[in-house]
Amino acid sequence: MSIKKTLSGCHSRRTILKGAAVLGGSALATPFVSRLAFAAPVELNMLAWYGHAEPDVVAEFEAEHNVKFKPKYYTGGDNMLGLIAQSPPGTFDIILSDAEYVQQLNAAGYIEKLDPADYPFDDFFPEFQKFPGHWEGDELYSVITRFGFLGVAYNTEAITEKEASTYKVYWDEKLKGKVGHFDWHLPNLGQISLLNGNASPYDIDEAGWEKVQEVTKTLRPQIGGFFDYGGTFSSLQNGQMLVMAGIGDWITGALEKGGAKVRTQIPEEGGLQFTESFSIGKGSQKADLAKKWIQYITSAKGQVKSANMAAYPCLIPNKKGWELLAKETPEEAKRQGMLLNESNVMDLIRAGRIKYRQLPVQQSLEDWNDFWSDYKAT
Amino acid sequence: MRKSITLYGMTFSLPMAIWQVMFFLAPLVFLIALSFWSVKNFRMEPDFNPDNWTRVLGRAVFWQAYLRTVILSAVAAMVASVLAFPCSYGIAFKLSPTARRWAIFMMVIPFFTSYLVRVYSWQIFLSDNGIINAALARVGLGPFPMLNSDFGVMVGYLTLCFPLVVLLQLFSLIFVDRTLIEAAHNLQCGRLRTVFEVVMPSAKVGLVIAALFCFILTFGDFVSPLYLGGGDPPTLSILITDTTKSGQQWPRAAVIALTMIATLLCVAFAAVSYAYRERGR
Repeated sequence: MSIKKTLSGCHSRRTILKGAAVLGGSALATPFVSRLAFAAPVELNMLAWYGHAEPDVVAEFEAEHNVKFKPKYYTGGDNMLGLIAQSPPGTFDIILSDAEYVQQLNAAGYIEKLDPADYPFDDFFPEFQKFPGHWEGDELYSVITRFGFLGVAYNTEAITEKEASTYKVYWDEKLKGKVGHFDWHLPNLGQISLLNGNASPYDIDEAGWEKVQEVTKTLRPQIGGFFDYGGTFSSLQNGQMLVMAGIGDWITGALEKGGAKVRTQIPEEGGLQFTESFSIGKGSQKADLAKKWIQYITSAKGQVKSANMAAYPCLIPNKKGWELLAKETPEEAKRQGMLLNESNVMDLIRAGRIKYRQLPVQQSLEDWNDFWSDYKAT
Repeated sequence: MRKSITLYGMTFSLPMAIWQVMFFLAPLVFLIALSFWSVKNFRMEPDFNPDNWTRVLGRAVFWQAYLRTVILSAVAAMVASVLAFPCSYGIAFKLSPTARRWAIFMMVIPFFTSYLVRVYSWQIFLSDNGIINAALARVGLGPFPMLNSDFGVMVGYLTLCFPLVVLLQLFSLIFVDRTLIEAAHNLQCGRLRTVFEVVMPSAKVGLVIAALFCFILTFGDFVSPLYLGGGDPPTLSILITDTTKSGQQWPRAAVIALTMIATLLCVAFAAVSYAYRERGR
């Protein structure tokens, strides 16, 4: 049938109405057909420090697996434990935790046992293949994803690298009222413990604890304020605080990348190390997807994203991640000291200059917290 | 004569009663119960343990923070009232009705922006390298430490309360009987004396309520003491967050919160009874 014939053919009103109905129905049904073709993304609940579920880190994984992360951000390990304790089992599919809290998560039965064969431990530096606290004997409960050092964070225009190479700089007369505290007792008191020469800064006897309190109290006249995450950022950025105790490159790195004249120095007395790791929440209905996420973020590709995280950069434990980082963002690899062919952060660990941040061993957490509250109110 | 309660009257008064029960009484009862609970392994367990009360009230740090919070709030209420009065007086008595409406609108505008954002922006002005010190440096003055100090806290408190205090004072001054003022002037009473002897007593309820609101809002404020005062030393609201941050001690935080509520109730009752007390009694 020619076009002309078709167009000029005689059509009944019924034929025209039928055709219009088919066309209209198809048009109306299009959104539903599209929705079936592109299924709604699966929601994955993540409990983490701020930044871990932001687009710069998760966008690629979300697109690959048709997932949408639903983050719940916390501000400290105690806050994290409280949030889990107050939520029904299975609320969080993925839990990011600092190393000192993994054992407590496990003891409370909040996290699932993992299969070590699922994760790229062979690509990790030997120091991170069986990280203390993440394992219970041969059973794995958490996979390390990133870590960082805490030292003397300082304004490079106000003091020199040499001056910042000892915790004693906190008592420098010219810094009176210009020394800030990140408002958390563990890193601050850990640094004073290191200054006192304690080889295990958190495993100290009563005499050692008394000494830590005594020395900390002498620092009080120097202190210009106690700051949370946001306050620490702004007070270092606007130069209100020239030195900050209790933090490291996880804050100064983000500021330095933005052009601020701040840096962190690991002092001669040693630095502290924090470690972040991922676990799968007990009772998660999406454990397979959570496992895929941990595999992704601990792979070389995921590790590069983690090292460059916009919220706060960190060091990564995957050696292949270091190699990829050196190719993709060499300047950041150099800035953070993660280049394999030159002096790097692993040398600091191997030289014994870095101690793990942990919960107090011989005192209760309450003792440390009570002292910190008293110290602040002095 | 005793009025009977009608269904019509109940219909209009019930929402208020329900609101009070749902959002004040019930949470208050829960808070009281919570203050006796125990925390084991970061998990709260229902209990009847008075230890939280003895521990919190037995610590010097609590009373130091309590005293500091009361003093800061009282000073804020006084400063805000004194600074706001000329402003509200001028708007009430000196401006035309149109200009007065504009002035009221201007006082409402600050509430369009988040209080947190306003406090953060103050840091740019108050820091040692900030706008104010930079301006003072041009004339050879300073730098003056303003951030992370009581002065900074007070700036934050006034940011929070000043427009509200002006509005509350204003609504009270607008309704002062003008014939009383005219009578005072006719009796040769000076302008300043008229303000103190006629205007202020006539607007006493509004002036006291404005100061009371300032006290209440600043007493529980967390933002200014932290971001403009550097949390140094802590106020009660900071102490609450400190208590919950370490060890998830919500029951002990409840003790602090209940003490704050009790204090505010006492202050509010005292202020209201003073405001409504008739002269000479």
